[in-house]
Amino acid sequence: MSALTASGTPRLELRGIRKVYPAIVANDGIDLIVAPGEIHAVLGENGAGKSTLMKVIYGVTPPTSGAMIWEGQAVTPANPAHARGLGIGMVFQHFSLFETLTVVENVAVALPRAPDLAHLARRIEQVSEKYGLPVDPRRLVHSLSVGERQRVEIIRCLLQNPKLLIMDEPTSVLTPQAVRKLFATLTSLSAEGCSILYISHKLDEIQELCHTATVLRAGRVTGNCIPAQETPQSMARMMIGRDLPVPRHGAPLAGGEVRLELAGLSHASDDPFGTDLKDIHLDVRGGEIVGIAGVSGNGQRELLLALSGEEPLAEKYPVQVLGTEAGRLPPGRRRRLGMGFVPEERLGRGAVPRMTLAENALLTAHRRNMVRKGLIDFTAVDAFARECIAKYDVKCSGPTALARSLSGGNLQKFIMGREILQRPRLLVVAQPTWGVDVGAAAFIRQSLIDLRDGGTAILVISEDLDELFEICDRIAVLANGRLSPAKRTADTSVEEVGVWMSGLWPGAAGNAGTTHAR
Amino acid sequence: MRDRLPRLEARAEPSAAMRYASPLIAVALTLAGGLVVFAALGKDPVEGFRVFFLSPLKDAYGIAELLLKATPLMLIAVGLAVGFRANVWNIGAEGQFILGAVAGGGVALFFEGSTSPLLLPLMVVAGAIGGALWASIAAVLRTRFNASEILVSLMLVYIAQLFVSWLVHGPWKDPEGFNFPQTRMFHDAAMLPILFEGTRLNAAFLLALSALLVGYVFIYRSFPGFRMQVAGQSVAAARYAGFSAQRTIWTGLVAGGAMAGIAGMAEVSGPMGQLTEHVSSNYGFAAIIVAFVGRLNPVGIFFASLLMALLYLGGEQAQQYLNLPSSISKVFQGMLLSFLLGADVLVNYRVRWPRAGA
Repeated sequence: MSALTASGTPRLELRGIRKVYPAIVANDGIDLIVAPGEIHAVLGENGAGKSTLMKVIYGVTPPTSGAMIWEGQAVTPANPAHARGLGIGMVFQHFSLFETLTVVENVAVALPRAPDLAHLARRIEQVSEKYGLPVDPRRLVHSLSVGERQRVEIIRCLLQNPKLLIMDEPTSVLTPQAVRKLFATLTSLSAEGCSILYISHKLDEIQELCHTATVLRAGRVTGNCIPAQETPQSMARMMIGRDLPVPRHGAPLAGGEVRLELAGLSHASDDPFGTDLKDIHLDVRGGEIVGIAGVSGNGQRELLLALSGEEPLAEKYPVQVLGTEAGRLPPGRRRRLGMGFVPEERLGRGAVPRMTLAENALLTAHRRNMVRKGLIDFTAVDAFARECIAKYDVKCSGPTALARSLSGGNLQKFIMGREILQRPRLLVVAQPTWGVDVGAAAFIRQSLIDLRDGGTAILVISEDLDELFEICDRIAVLANGRLSPAKRTADTSVEEVGVWMSGLWPGAAGNAGTTHAR
Repeated sequence: MRDRLPRLEARAEPSAAMRYASPLIAVALTLAGGLVVFAALGKDPVEGFRVFFLSPLKDAYGIAELLLKATPLMLIAVGLAVGFRANVWNIGAEGQFILGAVAGGGVALFFEGSTSPLLLPLMVVAGAIGGALWASIAAVLRTRFNASEILVSLMLVYIAQLFVSWLVHGPWKDPEGFNFPQTRMFHDAAMLPILFEGTRLNAAFLLALSALLVGYVFIYRSFPGFRMQVAGQSVAAARYAGFSAQRTIWTGLVAGGAMAGIAGMAEVSGPMGQLTEHVSSNYGFAAIIVAFVGRLNPVGIFFASLLMALLYLGGEQAQQYLNLPSSISKVFQGMLLSFLLGADVLVNYRVRWPRAGA
């Protein structure tokens, strides 16, 4: 609390910031005060207006109205370079680094004048040592892990001696151990007087790290608090307007038949900067949820493509779906075997943005008597879409609503419902609640648990460890293209899975995980 | 500096009504542009307008000519629309038209003297196969080697033109044709029956109407049509749903090729009655404009074909009575397409003028 009372002039003050886009009001009269050295959380669900507010501060987009006061002076940053000149740095959720350049080259391109690279490399080393951000300036970015890339972004900001650092959902891509290191860095920055705006929806992190918090909901400020004096429940109420739902578990089932078996799945990635899959073994039985943890970029995309059939393999045996060697089968044939699939990208892969929900139901559910002699039975399609909308609580105007008009959470509920209503015997789900609001996320997790209780085999691939520990019977970790053994959730812990995310599990092959998950 | 210029800003929800109104706006602007063009060429704009747009339709014969010209456009455009909706860009319908004419005409010449009622159906099938085979060259190169079907199909047009030229100058030349580059005239059994005595309108018009109907059912009612539409809107979603990308490319190209081939066959066994090296009047390219003016919708294509046919006839009239060059038709085609594209941009985007004082 010392940070708040220490000095008179706030580092940053926002008064009545309002930002209107053609379709929505993203920010509506937001007030915010950040003192020097204060770590200030901006808390809110997806779509609450956090990112828009940060873009206004960083000069990416001008506010429609309202005032920004920087160290006592009214300013409107015209562009990010202007904001950086004022002393504002920002680390984005999605990094903006060139894969084919080295660390030092990436830092150099962000500077106003061409610097001496050798000198810059030494400064990078100094900064990285001072703040505990180890990274080799001469390495190429594509060989860095996600955590290391984030360090490069932070170092790039710190070289400009910022007075305010904006961090947008910084921990969503980090292992638990990397989160600890990041918090230590941020705390030492704060002690030196650098203010930090910390955007997140993770309540426990905010409670641990932040001095103060501003809570946003639907573009408005719904609360200010001191996280240390709150409980996660009370902050959740400010954030979503009600209590966090808790999922109901059925008793674990035992002895279900093996519905998915990966028998030594190896596959080279089609992406030059992708991750090759190396000798993956796993089985998923009826009546259980198996989770695959790990930071994205460790082979998740490649594994999903191999499982769904979007990228068929050269061999049949490595992927066995319900007893059939399915490695070479295309997606439609695998669905016919009884497999359902929910991809990570909802718009543009799981659903066609400019098509209606009814048409998007037809996309994968057409085997349920929706096509007769090549012609579409629109009555059957409409009935299926209506059932899906009703049962899965999809908020929309009806089956004729365009997929892209739905919020991320509602569309995910629709896609999940579409796959579940087809009664899959095996369901593979990627990032089931990524970017989904808390209420919809709880509903989706409950749907998965209910499906499992009905005897379906479910494989969930997620970056969200809390989610996996909440719903899974067994958890395995994907690191650097290799998969750890699956361990019963009750017999493991977040800490152990965190270590495994570095590729260090008992019996792990050689030096697995040296690059991707440190 | 950036703020002084007007900018285009995506509309949150483009108006569905305006999407369908934009071809009509384009037509109106083309007519207005026509008046300006006539005036600029020193002609009385009102007189020019009358000659170009009204005189072709003054009697039943004129209307039959309009339908005759619209027939190949309808056939080709509906076939192209199937592919265009799936982002399969067959630009070479002109070449497929020529190969259809060659194949259909080849059957007529091979069975010269036959009076079998099966001859015409055989010619239609041969025309369709000829056009489809020509298009499938582009399909093979696209699916095997990822070669752009836009470039391949377009370049195949020139090969087709030279091929038909070689045929009528060489092996297929009419020995009694005074050395003109053309084949023998076809016999009656190889000619499409005339629908109305005293006109040139033939049975191909009925074929075109049925093609529009079949096209409508395929695009809007059939599951394969749905698969094509998904592929056109989102490649990743089509792949996720398990719709084969190769099948999409093949269907799109073969549909366009077969329809263009039938149109080519209908031209030689209809108004021309023989194969010459000038078998097509750019129908294959004009049909691309027709497909887009018709919003890739068979009903729209019907009306757009009539409009384009009118531009053909009006161009002929303007040559005859206004002493304007034959390229006047292409000027109107070009205006129509430009205005349509412009109107479509404004349907999807709004112009944001810089704020005063900013």
